[in-house]
Amino acid sequence: MQHLSKLSFFMRKVAVLLAFMGMSGFSFANEEKEFNVSEMIMHHIKDAHEWHLFGSEHGGTSIYLPIILMDQGLKTFSSKHFYHGETVEVPSKDQGASLHYMKGVGPAAGYALYHEEIYKLNASGELHFDGEHPHNAQPMDFSITKNVMSLLMGAFLILIVMFSVAKFYRKNGAVAPKGIAKFLEPIIVMVRDDIAKANIDEHKYEKYVPYLLTIFFFIWFNNMLGLIPFLPGGANLTGNITVTLFLAVCTLLVTLFSGNKNYWGHIFWMPGVPVPMKFFMMPIEIIGIFTKPFALMIRLFANITAGHIIVLALISIIFVNKNPGWAGLSVPMALFISILEVLVAFLQGFLFAMLSALFIGAAVEEAHH
Amino acid sequence: MDLILPDLGLLFWTGIVFCCLLFLLAKFAWKPILNAVNAREQKISEALELAVKTQAEMKALKAENDQILKEARAERDSILKEAKDAANHMIEDAKTKSKVEAQKIVDAARLNINSEKAAAIAEIKTHVATLAIEIAEKVVRGELASDEKQKALAEKLAGDIQMN
Amino acid sequence: MFGSIAAIGAGLAVLGAGLGIGRIGGSAVEGIARNPEASGKIQTAMIIAAALIEGVALFGVVVGLLGAKA
Repeated sequence: MQHLSKLSFFMRKVAVLLAFMGMSGFSFANEEKEFNVSEMIMHHIKDAHEWHLFGSEHGGTSIYLPIILMDQGLKTFSSKHFYHGETVEVPSKDQGASLHYMKGVGPAAGYALYHEEIYKLNASGELHFDGEHPHNAQPMDFSITKNVMSLLMGAFLILIVMFSVAKFYRKNGAVAPKGIAKFLEPIIVMVRDDIAKANIDEHKYEKYVPYLLTIFFFIWFNNMLGLIPFLPGGANLTGNITVTLFLAVCTLLVTLFSGNKNYWGHIFWMPGVPVPMKFFMMPIEIIGIFTKPFALMIRLFANITAGHIIVLALISIIFVNKNPGWAGLSVPMALFISILEVLVAFLQGFLFAMLSALFIGAAVEEAHH
Repeated sequence: MDLILPDLGLLFWTGIVFCCLLFLLAKFAWKPILNAVNAREQKISEALELAVKTQAEMKALKAENDQILKEARAERDSILKEAKDAANHMIEDAKTKSKVEAQKIVDAARLNINSEKAAAIAEIKTHVATLAIEIAEKVVRGELASDEKQKALAEKLAGDIQMN
Repeated sequence: MFGSIAAIGAGLAVLGAGLGIGRIGGSAVEGIARNPEASGKIQTAMIIAAALIEGVALFGVVVGLLGAKA
């Protein structure tokens, strides 16, 4: 208990320090324009072609990530050519506001970056806006964005950790675990027993354990990385709809491919109900196939994104009120939410794996009646 | 709005990375880890089973041991008893034997003493007789130194004989 | 911050989810108090049910995000 309070005290100190550091960055920005909370938060939870380290948003220190485009051949260049390119201001339809986009220079010539999306410039060398969205064509963008970078680092971290655990067992055989294996083994066993074995038929569950383990640790590790506010983390990877979409589609495919006669029977010709009811149930069940993974996708996306938004919004209290005294309120609250998010990070991984196991379990279940 | 629209590039990279991760982890991490954990669980359950079995065996062994111990104790008791009996018997035997022997010795000694005594008495008797004879001789010699005396004696002796 | 009508909608979604999760938590605690041996199973069921409700609430959040200007 004392440990915990010491730790939380330390973390609070660090958080206050960070808040003050952020303050100094803010005060520079303040000279240019009004602080826009919504824009700041949206900027942070969305993908980017640079990894912003510190300093003001433009002109601070960033890692410029490589851009890979498929546009009549492969084109690769650094995102520096956008961020240090030519900034173009376009009047918006909104009252007096303006839109900014960045025209690429050097190898990026002919492209523009608007809200982290790459567009091709039109014949007159600019973006044509209709409302807030440009109508220009977009090249296929396979860039190593911030999320992709985070994805690679997360995958690398999982590989290192899990390989070292595996190495321990390979070296020592079936003995009591030590070190990192001691920490992770109960979690691996939990996934195997409480998630896989509890929801999938006892004779069939083993096949799905590797998938469930991978999905659980992928989500958990990336959630935790997302909670770290600086370099190794900070990307909103598991709060990105693309990633959660992919994971949900994986679960959907695994479920569909392992569905047996009994499963399909329940979908197309529900046993034990009158015939008119069978016709009525069929479309509902077919929709049900897709709503389940859809809910998985939205749940993970919304949970993680909402967590990031809340932490950022609470820290923003200081900057909205332009008084460091507000840190006394905002930092403890942000700390509390961050700790809650640590729990959520685990819980969402657990839930995703749990519900995946539940769906797979329903698909491979044999008829009892 | 673009917050909830999937992005092709990220989808592509996620797919590649996740599939690689799944493959690598399944092959090089989950398999050895789960195998080791399963093997250990097997080992532990076997060890537990063995412990129960050993316990039962121990119990049986202990009972057997107790039985053997009991028997040994009984045997020891009987041997001790026998030994004691034998010892008593021997002592008894020795006692009677020694008594008899002692009696024999005493008897022999008595016999010896008696015979010695008799011999001594006899010797004394002969000695005394000799002495008496010598004395008598001396006396007689003195008596018979003169004729009258010889005559008187002869008469007396003759008288004695006649009286007899 | 966001579109104010969307914010009201998100608030209503949170209200519903709060009521739902509160009921689940209360019932789970009651169940555990009645049958402490089954606490593990009750907890798992509780978390799943709570997650399902939370998912619905988060649809509200997503709709709120749709109204966000970025």
